[in-house]
Amino acid sequence: MESLNFIQIDLVSGLYLFVVGFVGGLVSGFIGSGGAFVLTPAMMSLGVPGIVAVASNMCHKFPKALVGALKRARYGQVDVKMGLIMGLSAEGGVLTGVHFQELIKQRFGDIGSNLYVSVAFVLVLGIVGGFVMRDTIKTYRAGIAEEEKPGRLALWVQSVRIPGTMVYFKSIDASVSILFTIPLGFATGLLAATIAVGGFIGVPAQIYVLGLNSLMASATELVIAFVMGLGGTIKFAWSGYVDIRLAMIILAGSLFGIQLGAIGTTYVKPFVIKLVMGVIMLTVMVSRALVIPVYLSQLEILAPMDPGTMSLLKSVSFLVMILALALGAGIIVTALIQGRRAARVEAARDALTVTAKPIA
Amino acid sequence: MSADVQNFHDFRKTILWGILSIGLYALLWIFEKEILTLTTHGRWLFIVPVAIAFLFSFVHGHFTAEFWDSLGIQAKK
Repeated sequence: MESLNFIQIDLVSGLYLFVVGFVGGLVSGFIGSGGAFVLTPAMMSLGVPGIVAVASNMCHKFPKALVGALKRARYGQVDVKMGLIMGLSAEGGVLTGVHFQELIKQRFGDIGSNLYVSVAFVLVLGIVGGFVMRDTIKTYRAGIAEEEKPGRLALWVQSVRIPGTMVYFKSIDASVSILFTIPLGFATGLLAATIAVGGFIGVPAQIYVLGLNSLMASATELVIAFVMGLGGTIKFAWSGYVDIRLAMIILAGSLFGIQLGAIGTTYVKPFVIKLVMGVIMLTVMVSRALVIPVYLSQLEILAPMDPGTMSLLKSVSFLVMILALALGAGIIVTALIQGRRAARVEAARDALTVTAKPIA
Repeated sequence: MSADVQNFHDFRKTILWGILSIGLYALLWIFEKEILTLTTHGRWLFIVPVAIAFLFSFVHGHFTAEFWDSLGIQAKK
């Protein structure tokens, strides 16, 4: 193993990681994933080597996902069978994705690798995030925010019968061929190995292709994240890359967040989950799009860029990424406060009705 | 059991899990060098960081659940 520099952690950097972990956990508890993308750059901004940052992120992710999945299973939102089948196929996607990353790094170096990751971010988040956002707006405008039904694609997938491959899933009360779930899990893992958040494919795939509702899909994603995170941690820990101190400090904050995010799902209408996901995906897309010209210029595909402009674009990109997380967290906290207020009013009204009921 | 007694039990549970959680983080801080050496050794010792992560998630996970509960922030029934 190459000699790695494990940083000194002082109070300020510890608090910084705790807070970022808390916000990341809040988002993960609510939408099933999406909190991890900011942690790797956050650790690297403290001087943590890239591979240690990725490994430590992975090591905080699987226990966080486990706690979140157990919590949401208590609310009846998790399809364990779906999560395990997709999680195992996601492991295959992670291994392929890592191998692909290594090939790109060997051929085009660090800049080429950064460019590949940023382009993947923009394409996937632009297409999937745009679709999720459009669907959210459509659902809201149509006034059907209370209930979600499987779309045409999901109904077709549920109608296909391939003997020997059918598995019953309680979340959709239907059997689906694993020839559909395996590629979806694989794509989730592939994305996780590329941009650190497989859920940006995993959750929409479960909603639009398999027909789960947003609550079940986001909760089941936590099982997938647990399986992927555990596999990834073993892989990195085998090579000694995990900084357990960093992972456990982030976990300290993220477990507070994931509990709150999971509680939040019981107060909101299902479309709010899609709203948070869409807002985060599109904002992160803008963040990554900002740095693409920097990498293109470094690869001499575009004209050379002034170092000051490069540094400015990178800083703005990082700030927009933090803004994405803050926006998501803001929507969740607002929805939680409003939901609790509405529940209190409803409970008071019920109590009044019971009191006012005439004695027969 | 009255609501006050129940609240006291819940509060005591939160404090106990909190003390355990702080204890684990204190150990991580006190034995920082030894733990870092052990967890970055690699190969079959991969089990050490994985076991630490499971242990922290169990203890701190209980504490954080009890924490929000004791503040009255609970799931909608």
